Parts: sequence; structure tokens; C-alpha cells
Amino acid sequence: MSHAHEQAAHGGHHGTLKSYLVGFGLSLVLTLLSFGCVMTGLVPHHLIVPGLMVFCVAQVLVQLGFFLHMGIAPEQRENLMVAACALVFIAIVVVGSLWVLHNMNAYMMPGMSHG
Amino acid sequence: MTSSAITAGGIAIHGHDADHAHHDDGSRTLLGFWIYLMSDCLIFSGLFATFAVLAHAYAGGPTGKELFDLKYVLGETMLLLVSSFTFGMAMLNMHAGRRNRVLAWLVVTFLFGAAFVGMEIHEFAGLIHEGAGPDRSAFLSAYFTLVGTHGLHVTCGLTWIAVMLDMVRRHGLDGIVRRRLSCLSLFWHFLDVIWICVFTFVYLHGVL
Amino acid sequence: MFGKLSLSAIPFDQPIVMGTLAAVLVLGAALLGAVTYFGKWGYLWKEWFTTVDHKKIGIMYIIVALVMLLRGFADAIMMRGQQALAAAGAQGYLPPHHFDQIFSAHGTIMIFFMAMPFIVGLMNLVVPLQIGARDVAYPFLNSLSFWLTAAGVVLIMLSLFIGDFSATGWLAYPPLSELKFSPTVGVDYYIWALQLSGLGTTLSGINFVVTILRMRTPGMRLMQMPVFTWTALVTNVLIVAAFPALTVALALLGADRYLGMHFFTNDLGGNAMMYVNLIWVWGHPEVYILMVPCFGAFSEIISTFSGKPLFGYKSMVWATVAIGVMSFLVWLHHFFTMGSGANVNAFFGIATMVISIPTGVKVFNWLFTMYRGRIRFTVPVLWTIGFMVTFVIGGMTGVLLAVPGADFVLHNSLFLIAHFHNMIIGGVVFGCLAALNFWFPKATGFKLEERWGKWSFWCWLVGFYVAFMPLYVLGLMGATRRMQHYDNAAWQPYFVVAFVGAAIIMAGIFFTVLQIFVSVRNREANRDLTGDPWNGRTLEWATSSPPPFYNFAELPKIDQLDQFWADKERGTAYRQPAHYADIHMPRNTGVGVFMGAFGTVLGFALVWHIWWLAIAGLVGMVASFVARAYDRDVDYYVPAAEVERIERARLVPLKNLIDRVDVASSEQRVA
Repeated sequence: MSHAHEQAAHGGHHGTLKSYLVGFGLSLVLTLLSFGCVMTGLVPHHLIVPGLMVFCVAQVLVQLGFFLHMGIAPEQRENLMVAACALVFIAIVVVGSLWVLHNMNAYMMPGMSHG
Repeated sequence: MTSSAITAGGIAIHGHDADHAHHDDGSRTLLGFWIYLMSDCLIFSGLFATFAVLAHAYAGGPTGKELFDLKYVLGETMLLLVSSFTFGMAMLNMHAGRRNRVLAWLVVTFLFGAAFVGMEIHEFAGLIHEGAGPDRSAFLSAYFTLVGTHGLHVTCGLTWIAVMLDMVRRHGLDGIVRRRLSCLSLFWHFLDVIWICVFTFVYLHGVL
Repeated sequence: MFGKLSLSAIPFDQPIVMGTLAAVLVLGAALLGAVTYFGKWGYLWKEWFTTVDHKKIGIMYIIVALVMLLRGFADAIMMRGQQALAAAGAQGYLPPHHFDQIFSAHGTIMIFFMAMPFIVGLMNLVVPLQIGARDVAYPFLNSLSFWLTAAGVVLIMLSLFIGDFSATGWLAYPPLSELKFSPTVGVDYYIWALQLSGLGTTLSGINFVVTILRMRTPGMRLMQMPVFTWTALVTNVLIVAAFPALTVALALLGADRYLGMHFFTNDLGGNAMMYVNLIWVWGHPEVYILMVPCFGAFSEIISTFSGKPLFGYKSMVWATVAIGVMSFLVWLHHFFTMGSGANVNAFFGIATMVISIPTGVKVFNWLFTMYRGRIRFTVPVLWTIGFMVTFVIGGMTGVLLAVPGADFVLHNSLFLIAHFHNMIIGGVVFGCLAALNFWFPKATGFKLEERWGKWSFWCWLVGFYVAFMPLYVLGLMGATRRMQHYDNAAWQPYFVVAFVGAAIIMAGIFFTVLQIFVSVRNREANRDLTGDPWNGRTLEWATSSPPPFYNFAELPKIDQLDQFWADKERGTAYRQPAHYADIHMPRNTGVGVFMGAFGTVLGFALVWHIWWLAIAGLVGMVASFVARAYDRDVDYYVPAAEVERIERARLVPLKNLIDRVDVASSEQRVA
């Protein structure tokens, strides 16, 4: 019984040596690409920020998938829902705060406009 | 099924199926821990938002471009990334039931984590020594608080690993220990995810 | 050695504080003496302090909330008294610094240490019973949450006698709350009391989300949960999502004060607006965290006492969820005047107005539930009807304030104060008192006395209108909040009327206390032997009052909403199972108490900069927690024979009563 439960709990989604190696490799490559973007000076300036964003999101997804074993399997639906919910709240808090504060700085302190 | 070993006998006959919904099979704890992580993630999102708002409030003090040493940060990143991988190895061995290898990989993870914290403390000490401490400008307050909060989490993770090392040694890989290692694994990988955002938005974006 | 702490921290020169201290010492000594005299320490420790039983934890939360209601109200009536006196040159009896502390303490205590514990207590008491669970998902964490909240309470009460409390309003806006302008320990008390209790609340939130998602009795789908449980789910999601923002805001303010950082200072790039932004990212959802469970309680009450299923259950659930999500999109309406542009203000203004739509849906659902019902005008129903009228008035003044242009005129005026008291007294306080009357028999086994309950209700209702309607007028006349004195003599009559209203509310509070006292004294006459005193609909009424510690001997089977009502109709309620099974239960633990105590020490030491003691407190907390992790004897099985004995003791003598209930319900059906 105990064993059956653990199977249910992890749903067999605890990764294999191969998945960890792939995840590690991808993370390594994406990290180096991110740092390379900025450190080497080979990337045109206007592409650096979009590049950083893409690599960042990609690496977060890689780690969520390969290390935190998030997936769309039915037994993980709750976790996924919780994460989606959190993402909505994070987006509201971060985007909302930046919008509010930026707008206010623009109106109230035009002389000290921050970047 | 934590207590079935303790109270074997009687329950097996009638008890279990009836109240099986009220036992924690580990997945309930993991769900709760996951929700905690999301809540922690919101703490970090508040800190990131604050950092973004104050990112250019240098107050005549040093800027990120003058302060950040990207090679050093790359080193820190590598330490944390490797520690994530080694923790994964510990988890694989846990599922395979190999106690001693779990212990070994946890020790390796601890060392990498400790090295990361050490590098960060060294970095902070250097900045403060240069007169670029958290009291110099709002930008530096936000920088120290955001990166420091992550470092504090890693330190908590290290304490947790130390406790788990002792627990694995004492109790082996039983249900409770496995459940806790699974939570710790989520925590450790979660910190790596946060660090990805830190090096991207604080360091790399900061030197542009 | 003792940081900033010295004997001079005790305000010997303030007669009001010293008088209170003397009273607290005498009453406290009397209480402790009585407990010792009757030899109840062992009982209290074993049965209450160390309990992990959600029902007992719920009761303790509610006791804390009622005690803090008295403290918070004492602050309120002192303010009303001061403002009734201090007109046109008069200074009243409270010096400015003391007055500032009083209004700060009033807001902080009423929200964090009255309303929050009450709501969390109600959820503790009711939610597991309503979903047919034996306890919450993490019983130990539940105990820990309570004791962390208690630590916050202790800190805030200490601030009355040792040092001072924050004088910066209930949200401690910087730069006023920065070290430069508030050099005393008041703001530090505020920060650490809130951080400790906030941690407890966050843990509670996680606990209840998992409880509701994972611990429902077999067969209960989400859309078959009672409405109160739904509102509890939404509230706890909001807690988990919103409290981190409070933690961040207070931590950054703390970093400014303790580490000399510059998040919100005037100089070196600080931005005080970011604090205001962050604290309201928490603060607005917080309003709904308090309000939404009260909506749930009103829904249960109105459908029970109308003898009808709740009208529009699904719309009620969706309205609740919509309110939950939208509560995260309106926070800027608390600072329209801070200087954002028209786009930003328009967005948040419209979002604020839109949120009144799902709230309106709820009001209509309640009205339609009552329509053609056989309404029994019990005390909970009186509170509910009083709520509906009062809350709608408050809602309309709220929509008015949601217009940014109007807000520029009314911001920080007494109109705003009248508005939010209209919502919080009319909504949350009425809701808590309705719920107290409704679920009291479930918690204790006897009903609350009706007569004094009605007295209490009428005093509160009349007192509320007399106290706050003048404030609307004053707001429109230009009176601002938080005035220690004012020059315009034309305002004074309104302030005097408001004081009279507060005195009437005081009578209402007195009658609530009297009601509880009389009910406890006459408890044998008011016994609830069936476990179902109101002819209820949901599962909590299916078990005895008070429920056995395991709640349900056999987990109830659910295939519809209002299952218990249907069972009673079919005559299948109170079935005695053929055989009983062992029940798995968590063991009591004192770790929560120890962690709360160490937390209090930590907070106190941080307030007074006693660093060695702070380290000791922190180490104590962590060590207790780790020690708990090593404890493997955390649960046990109640043998089936024991369960059978307890159940028989209840069910067999009640067979007659149960038959009578069946007859009654079938009569009702015929009628």
C-alpha cells in the first residue's frame, strides 16, 4: 500500500539520469548564452535585452521541466494550477507596480525621470 | 503511510481503506510546500519590482556598471547550477533506495551551496569595503536586499540539508525522510530558478 | 546589555496608561490566581494550549478576537471622546502624541488582531466540519499559526506599557515612519507584531487551501462544497497571494530603520510611494480576506433560516471567485491623489466600480433566498438583515469614492472613514457576530441566549448609524481624519453625536458580553442535544454539538449540495454504522507554544535592539522546529471500540429526538 501511494504521489515523474543530464546541459548552454550576450560584445546592442529575456524564460522553463518535474500529467494538474495562479498574481503585482510608479514619476518628478 | 509500521497489526484488518483519504501519502505535503514556494515567489516578485523601481536611483553613487564583476557572477551561477544537478543525483539515488549515495550527493550539494554563499558574502564585503554598501543609495539598498534575500534562502537550504543528512543517517530513507527530501529538492531547485532571474535582471541587465 | 531598554521606557507620567496598567495587572493576577486556585493549569495546557484540534484552535482564536475587540473599542471611544471635546481652541484630554498612538493602535488592532483572528477562528471551527474532514491538512502548523498570532498580540499589548506604539497610522506610511521622523520604538513594535502574526496567517492560508483541496470527504466535488467553504477557499488563496506583499513592505521599512537603507527615505534615491504601492497591493485584498468569509456566513445563515436552498449557488460561487481575482486589480484607489496620470486612475477607478457587480449579485441572491421563505427571525438573521441594509449604503458611498475626481475632494476626509467603517462594521463585524450566534452551539454544545443577543444587535445597529452618519456629513464639510483638535466650532455638534453613537455601540458590546455570560450560566437550559439546533443544511450539523474530537465516526458520503438536509428529508440522517473503524488522529504538541514564546522574545528583543536576546529567540524558534521534525510519535489511532462507545453514548439516547426531527422535517415538507 505504502509503495502504491508513493507511486501516486510522484506519478513516476522523478526524472532519470538522462533527463537530469539534458536539463543540466541545456541550463549550462543557456547560462553561457546569457552571459555571452553581454560579455563578449558580439551581439548588437538593441538585441541584447530581448535576447536576455528569451534565454531567461527558456532557462526557467528548462529548470521547471527537468529539475522541478512540472508537467501536464493529470496528477500534477493541481500544482500546475497553483503555479498558473501564482503567475497571474506575480504579473499583476510586478507589471502593475511598475506601471503605477513609472507613471507617477513621469508626472510628479519630470526632472528626475528615471531611465 | 507513516505510522503503519508503528501500529501495524489491527489497522490492516479494517482501518485503512475507510480513512485513507485522511492520511498524508506525501503528495499532500508536497502540494502544501509547493503553495508555500509560490508564496515565497511572490515575496521575490515584490523585491524584484522594488529593485526595478529603484534600479536607477544611484543618488550620485556607483552604478551597477561600475560595481558588477560578471566573471565573478558567472562563477557563482556555475556553483549553484552544479549544486542543482548534484541534488538531482541525490534524488535519483533516493528513489533507487541507495542511502549512502544519497548522503554523498547531499554532502557534495552542501559544499557547492556553501561555496556559493561564501562567494556572495565575499562579494558583499568587497562592495561595503569600497563604500558601496546598502546605505549608500536606494539602488544599492534594493540590490543588497534582493540578492541577500536569495542568499538567506540558500543559507536556510544549507541548514535544511545539514538536518536531512543527520536524518538520513539516523532513519534511513523511510517515508518521512523521502517526503522531506522531496520538499527540499523543490526548494533547492526553486532557488536556482530565482537565481536565473537575479543574474539576468540584476547583473546582466544592470551593466548594460 | 539591554539595548535601548531602560526603566524610563515605562510611561510613569501618563495617568491613563498607568491606570490601564494597574487594571491589567489586577485582573491578570486575579485570572492567573483563579486558574492556580482551581488547579486548572494542567487542564489548560493539555486540552487547550497544546491542542492541534481545529475546533479548539478556532475557539481560542475567537476568544483572542473578542478580547482585542474590547481593547480596540476602548481606543475608539477615547478618540470619539477627544474629538467631541477638542473644538475651537480646546485641547481635550489626550496630548497629540498619545492621540496619534491611539488611532494607530485602533486600526492595527481591529484589522490584524480582532478581525483576522475572528475570521481565521471561524474558518478553523467550521471548514473541516463542513467538508467532512477530521482535521486540517497540517494540524501542527495550525497550532503554530495560532501561537504566532498570539505572539503578535502580546507584542502589541506590551507596547502599551513598555515604550510606545507607532504614531503613524495603521499602515505606517513613510517617510513619517522612518527613523528620522519616528525615532522611538513604536514603529518597531508595529513591524514585528505584524511580521509575526503575518507569518502565522500565511501558514494558515496554505493550510486551509490544502485542506479544502485535499481533505474533502469522499464524493464531495468542488461545486458541492457549502458556500462558506467556498468563501474560505477564496480567502485563503488571497491570503497566500497577498501577505507576501505585506511581508516585503514591512521588511523593507525595517531595513530602512535597522540597517540604514534607503528604500523609502527622502534622501539618497528612496521612494516612499513604493511603500504605499506595496502595502496596498496587500491592503486591498486584505479587505476582501475579511469580507468574503462573512459573505459565506451570511449565505449559510440566510438559507438555513429561510428553510430554502441558497438561491443561485453557482452564481454565488462565481461571484466570490470574481471578487477574489478583482480584489487584486483595484489597489491604487487607495492613493488616487498620489499623482499618477489619468490613464492609471481611470483604470483603477473603473475596476473598483466593476467589483460592485459581483457584490450586487450576492445581495440579490440573498434577497431571493429570503423571498417566499419561512424566515425565522433569530439573532443571526437580524444581523444578516442589518448587514444587507448597511452594506449596500456603504457600497454606494464606495462607488462614489471610486470616481477619481470625487476622491480628490474626499481623500483622507471623514467621509472615507465613514465609508470604510460602514463596510467593516456593517460587513465584517456584523458577519462575525452573526456567525458567532450561528455556530456557537456547534462549538460549545449550547445556544446563545436570544434576548440579550437582540439587545446587542439593536444597540450595534442604531449605534453604528448614530456614530458614522455624522462622519459622512463632516467629511463633506471638510473635516479630515486623525485630528487631535480642530478650530471649526460648527463641526462640534456632529462630533458629539458621533460620540453618543459610539456610546450606544459600547452598550451593544456590553450586551454581547452579557449574552455570552448569561448563556454560559444557563447552559443547561440551552443545551443542543441533536447537534442540529437550527435545522441546518450542511455537514457540520450532522455531527454532535460539540463534535467529538474526531468530528465524524464515519466519513459522510456526499452526492449533492446540502447533503445533510437531503438525508433528513429521506430519513437517512443519523444512521448508526454497522461497525466502526479505527481513526487516525494527530497528537497534541507544545512546540507551537514554544515557538510562539520564542517568537515573542525575538520580536521584543528586536524592538529594543537587544541583539543577544534576539539571537537566542531566533535560535530557540529554529531549534524547536527542528526538534519537532525529529519527533516521530506525532499521531495515533483511536481504537474502533472507543469510537463506538463515544458514538453510542450520543446516538442511543437521542433516538427519540432523531425520530422527532424526522417527523418535523416531513411536516415541513407537507406544509
